[in-house]
Amino acid sequence: MPEKKITLSVSVNGVVHTATVEPRMLLSDFLRHELGLTGTHVGCEHGVCGACTVLLDGRSARSCLTLAVQADGVEIETVEGQGSIDRLGRIQEAFRQHHALQCGFCTPGFIMAITDMLRHHPLESDDQIREALSGNICRCTGYEHIVNAVRELAKERGPLT
Amino acid sequence: MSLSDHSVELRPKLVGQRVKRTEDPRLLAGVGQYVDDMAPAGMLHVALRRSDQPHARILNIDVGGAFSVPGVIAIYDASDLDNDVTPAIPTSRMPDYYATPIWPLARGKVRYVGEPVVAVVAESRYAAEDALEHITIDYEPLPFAIRQIDAVKDDAPLLHEEAGTNTIIRREFKRGDVDAAFESAAVTVKGRFRMTRKTAVAMENRSYLAEWDPRKQALTLYTSSNIPGVIRDVLSGCLDLPGTRLRVAAPDVGGSFGGKGSLYGEELLVCALARKLKRPIKFISDRLEDLSATSQAFDELIGAELAVTQDGMLIGLRADVIGDVGAYSIYPWTAALETVQVVSFLPGPYRMEHYRGRIRGVLTPKPPTGPYRGVGRPSSTFAMERLIDMAARKLCMDPVEFRRKNLVNAEEFPYRTASGIIWDKSAFQECLAGACAHVDYPNLLLERDEARRNGRWVGIGLASYAELTGIGSRISVAPGMPINTGTETSKIEIDATGAITAAFGIASHGQGLETTLAQVIVDELGCKLEDIEVKHGDSALVPMSSGTYASRSAVLGGGAATLAARVVKGKVLRAAAYLMEQSIDDLDIHAGIVTSRNSNRSMTLKEIASAVYSQMGRIPRNQREDLAASETYDPYLGTACSSTHLAMVEVDPETYGVKVLRYVVAEDCGKIINPMIVDGQVQGAVAQGIGAALLEEIVHDDQGQAVAASLADYLVPVATNVPDIGIVHIEADLPNNIGGFRGMGEGGTIGAPATIANAVSDALSHLDISVETLPVTPERIFQMLQARRDPAAAVTD
Repeated sequence: MPEKKITLSVSVNGVVHTATVEPRMLLSDFLRHELGLTGTHVGCEHGVCGACTVLLDGRSARSCLTLAVQADGVEIETVEGQGSIDRLGRIQEAFRQHHALQCGFCTPGFIMAITDMLRHHPLESDDQIREALSGNICRCTGYEHIVNAVRELAKERGPLT
Repeated sequence: MSLSDHSVELRPKLVGQRVKRTEDPRLLAGVGQYVDDMAPAGMLHVALRRSDQPHARILNIDVGGAFSVPGVIAIYDASDLDNDVTPAIPTSRMPDYYATPIWPLARGKVRYVGEPVVAVVAESRYAAEDALEHITIDYEPLPFAIRQIDAVKDDAPLLHEEAGTNTIIRREFKRGDVDAAFESAAVTVKGRFRMTRKTAVAMENRSYLAEWDPRKQALTLYTSSNIPGVIRDVLSGCLDLPGTRLRVAAPDVGGSFGGKGSLYGEELLVCALARKLKRPIKFISDRLEDLSATSQAFDELIGAELAVTQDGMLIGLRADVIGDVGAYSIYPWTAALETVQVVSFLPGPYRMEHYRGRIRGVLTPKPPTGPYRGVGRPSSTFAMERLIDMAARKLCMDPVEFRRKNLVNAEEFPYRTASGIIWDKSAFQECLAGACAHVDYPNLLLERDEARRNGRWVGIGLASYAELTGIGSRISVAPGMPINTGTETSKIEIDATGAITAAFGIASHGQGLETTLAQVIVDELGCKLEDIEVKHGDSALVPMSSGTYASRSAVLGGGAATLAARVVKGKVLRAAAYLMEQSIDDLDIHAGIVTSRNSNRSMTLKEIASAVYSQMGRIPRNQREDLAASETYDPYLGTACSSTHLAMVEVDPETYGVKVLRYVVAEDCGKIINPMIVDGQVQGAVAQGIGAALLEEIVHDDQGQAVAASLADYLVPVATNVPDIGIVHIEADLPNNIGGFRGMGEGGTIGAPATIANAVSDALSHLDISVETLPVTPERIFQMLQARRDPAAAVTD
């Protein structure tokens, strides 16, 4: 049953939003239905598929397993912050070049997970890349083109310092 | 070849190029629009109370305090909708078939766990789900047979009493004298094969939003369906609305693989409720609902045996198949789609005279089976290719050589299979040779043998198959089905600004058809890719449409696009000839510019369009034509897409986990429109086939409950389960259709289960184990080893 609403303030892609929500509201629902940022998708609501992955203070997290109120004061990054149709971000561009998406539903979650990976994981071999990607499910591509995109991005980044 | 043709050939063509997809930017930027991304003003949400009983009479429904939940608007069961909808009936011309009616909510009794019973409508999904908690349904449990082997028996409890039987499909194919062939055979092999129940698991769950327009008394259904045209046509009957007042549109769709390719009761429900409540109604399936109520796949028991001569020639095949079709026959495909294709495709790409294949499709209290990538052929290929390997082993022949001897040869096409399918010329032999060359097969055998000497359980497996794709009006996609799947319409218009709209009846949901069909149009019309907008997935676009399924869209959509583009091009050139005062024979159009070979004059499409439409009197009224055409293509017959898959796998002797070490696909899909997209389809489909072979399984326990409740239970492949796929494209003789395309989106899922099963069997051959049930999980390998060691303690599936 609905409980007393709570006010939270979050930064999403650099824009601060203040809202009052039920404490049980999922962060994924908050982003999608309260803020209208529908680029973040919900594939399983169990934290298994990774489609809803966003960054919370720079680290990847499942927005379907996070309550919106837990994100109070947190800096959130979503796929909308990566680039726009006329100016795709680097990961988005690599996905397009390598045909690393088909239906596109899982793609925002992959892009956000890869953002974290590129910041924090060595990604020196295909095995490491596949291991890092294994928290996200894609049903269309068979992963090979996604691996190709990440390999290129990791090479471009160079070794982690 | 004439001079003008020659100049055409010199132009760079887009068909065959790795053109980057036009769909991508919106999807990558997070501004695609899937159904759940839409939120019209006043929208209400539906949550469903689903049956927790496999077979039970509904005695009473008590809503309790459900209306006390703030935001709850209405609660309905089937009796509340009697005046709002009539059921969809999946009719068929097949004899001895019973069409189970499809209603939005269960009426009188429930027939599987997960069947919708009560709908709650509320201001938010949270409120609707809160209200569900208050509802109590009293059931009287009824007897049931959950396994097809029991449900098929004469005295089994009936799921649909009106049918008088659980066996609603019976079909037999036969040719020659198969029993005599077996008597004369030097070698016979047999098995009892089973591909367990799967489900499609598109990453977007099924999603529906219906909007009622009170001004026009019209309904729009936004659906995640891949057959919006079929849905419009059937809903028109169920809701008694003409096409002018009923539009069904699929916006961006997050995959289907067949799971979104049938009518669902929830689609009927949201439409009926939107009209009843005069507000937009949204239903979004969650993953548990997807796993328990989206159409499922395969689930046949295939008893099959193969007769072979001493020198390894196939002479006869016998099969008796029991298909578990679940609780309902699905619309429009019917329960015959999956089941009948198992026996019609079982003889495969091989030369064989004598055949008898029988199928019985049996109702059980489970979600209905329906289309899933490959339909029937993953099961038939698994059974046949296992038999081929078993026969080769028995004759001490190499499995490649055995297949080479029996695959239909180039000079034998068109070849009529024992079940009556006609294979047009396709690269059967070349695919086998191509896969072997890619991996250096003789050397791979040495590698395997070396690994075995080191104690590793390594095996190599192959599978060859052919499928019928791009099927025209000669053959129903599903036998006896009442809808037309054999035509596709393309409507191409150049508007007054010079922009080009190309509308189709197909419904792309990840295949990239906005890009590939535009490539075809660019080559035919001579325009620029960026000037074309391909529209699809909307029943309002063309008079009759069906959607994207059955590997049809490149062949039929590409053909229709070609026909329409040619007509439009003719109109453009006639207008240009007048405007430029040139002979039409001297004009060329390329990249949106008409040029003359006899002068320096040129005109852009934009200038021509402006002259035709916007500049009064520029063209005499009796010569002026709209720059538009609508053409429908019917390829009549289908075309064979053929392939050989080859894999090397390793079984861990301690965990019994299977790792795919190498994988190659050699395929003939005719002329390739976009190699990048074709590669993506092959890789994705093989991954699904590997999932079917090693991981994926819907299990119903003896109480009729589905065991998998999340994607942590129903395992689909992740990046570490799938290897890089070697792909060999073989473009042999092109098929006799416009464009020379063959459909190829399903093939990977057809070939991979059989290939992996053969490879695992080879890896375990020293233990005398033959894989006959998929997925071949560590648990199953353990059980097979136990059975070898101690036959008395064997546990069977």
